[in-house]
Amino acid sequence: MTVFILSFLMLLVGVHGVLTRRNLIKVVISLTIIEFSIFLMLALIGFISGGEAPILDAGISAGRMVDPLPQAMVLTAIVIALATNAMLLTIAIRLYKKYGTFDIRRINELKG
Amino acid sequence: MEPSVIISFVIIPLFAAFLIPLVGRLVGGFQRILTSSIMLLLLVLSVFITLQGPETITYMAGGWEPVGGVPIAIYLVLDPLSGFLLTIINLLGFMSVFYAISYMRRYTSENLFYTLVCLMVAGMNGVVLSGDLFNLYVFLEISVISSYALVAFGVGKTELEASYKYQVLGALASLLVLFGIAMIYWRTKTLNIADISVLLQHARHDTFLVFVQLILITGFGIKAALIPFHAWLPDAHSSAPSPISAMLSGVLIKAVGVYVLIRLFFNMFQLDTSLAIVFTAIGALSMIIGVVLAIGQWDLKRLLAYHSISQMGYVVTGIGMGMILLARGGDKSIAALAIGGGLFHMINHAVFKGLLFLNAGAIEYAAGTRDMKKMGGLARHMPVTLSSSFSASMAISGMPPFNGFFSKLIIIVAAIQGEFYLLAVLAVIAGIVTLASFMKFQRFAFYNKPEKEPTAREVPLAMRFSMVTLALLCLLLSLLIIPDIRQIFLEPAVNTLIETTEYATKVLKL
Repeated sequence: MTVFILSFLMLLVGVHGVLTRRNLIKVVISLTIIEFSIFLMLALIGFISGGEAPILDAGISAGRMVDPLPQAMVLTAIVIALATNAMLLTIAIRLYKKYGTFDIRRINELKG
Repeated sequence: MEPSVIISFVIIPLFAAFLIPLVGRLVGGFQRILTSSIMLLLLVLSVFITLQGPETITYMAGGWEPVGGVPIAIYLVLDPLSGFLLTIINLLGFMSVFYAISYMRRYTSENLFYTLVCLMVAGMNGVVLSGDLFNLYVFLEISVISSYALVAFGVGKTELEASYKYQVLGALASLLVLFGIAMIYWRTKTLNIADISVLLQHARHDTFLVFVQLILITGFGIKAALIPFHAWLPDAHSSAPSPISAMLSGVLIKAVGVYVLIRLFFNMFQLDTSLAIVFTAIGALSMIIGVVLAIGQWDLKRLLAYHSISQMGYVVTGIGMGMILLARGGDKSIAALAIGGGLFHMINHAVFKGLLFLNAGAIEYAAGTRDMKKMGGLARHMPVTLSSSFSASMAISGMPPFNGFFSKLIIIVAAIQGEFYLLAVLAVIAGIVTLASFMKFQRFAFYNKPEKEPTAREVPLAMRFSMVTLALLCLLLSLLIIPDIRQIFLEPAVNTLIETTEYATKVLKL
């Protein structure tokens, strides 16, 4: 149970970062922290203490294997997170070229 | 019908998205013709499927049959509600893409634009067809990531800023959704929506599930831009190129936001009165606050974007009232009326808000401005835009005989019959304020005397075609009020929501 609480704390750290950081890049980093806390939780859901890697082979029973489905989900989600981060960083770099700063307070064309 | 037909809704646009950057570079005009023709094909296919009758078709990806009654394949499910949403998505998709043939000539890299549109459509079609939670998340990400890129397509200061804002909130929402899915998997050890619904049959008043549902309301609420989570919508929808604004406001917030919420709440979880009240309250707040924020706007597309929040509020309120009635075990016919009103307003909103954004694009194309104070006197120069935007404005403000009148009327009648008098009053007030703000749009854009006579000319044929067709649909959709026509198109979709447990039975063929 402790590991779940720790990964939830990691999620809260990420949310805190997204809400308080004023730097475009640091917001992206905070989002990544949230992503990884959720991946960690997903991987932990399928974990059995003392379980084996889910590779079906002669002499290995399926009963003690960890759940492979969350692992597949985490792999897919990592790929998606890569796309999201690449997209966010691209926009952040373009914004830097327009404004010459990463500071959110000075990028304020839009209001309301 | 052959089950493998439904996968073509995802495969065809994905394949087109693959072909366009390769072939479009060599053959001029390839991207425009290919995208328009596949969107037309998908539109015809979705209408054809809807007219086939209310049957549920499941497609198991990879052909993995259930083992001992436990589904192991990824399911794609086409039931009347999905069919209804598919029709909306592909209708608006075709209209926007056809409009873009002329409109997007001003931009560079058209190939990339059409690629992203195809990906977005593939993602949305996938979301409404998916019968598997994680698969739904993947399709959702495909559609929203391409929409992030499309919002930033103009690469100006405002577009980039809007896209960044949209992405941070969108990524947060996606992560909450993933978190919710992980929690559901933890509890049930399955991802199939129908299977989960069977497993959760007896789980009433379960704190764990209430927590999961609140997480999902927040996640999909951000995607649907319901009121406490609406901050990104006016920026993102007004910064995108106009055909994309029409797609985003017309279908994206419905397909990845409201549709998923109602699908999961009605067909997967057990209905819970207090959560249904939360859902309805969010809808009512969106309805009234959205319209109040809209009326002060002078940027035409921002005004339309705020109205999207308000109109989605109507949809959510209508469906939420049905949810409360069903959860309390109240009168099913009133619940059906409320949900029917909500779904009816959903397709109406797609049509008239899509049209209004296309009109805004036409005005921007011709007059070169989005500021209503700088427009004026366009009535004589742009007769097609004038008449089509008049019909859309009347439809959104709920004037008979346009479609918006009937759907709002049904929602208000259902509210009175279900004894939600406050909601009925709020719906009427929101309707009046909507009318006021669209009178402002009509007056300032078309009739006001400008300082100097405008040099605007009517827009090209492709743009006029989309606008006129949608304007006619604003009138034709009123026919859905006639019971015989409603039976074909609307009733089956309502029934899938009313018969909450039927979904699992039909998908798993129990």
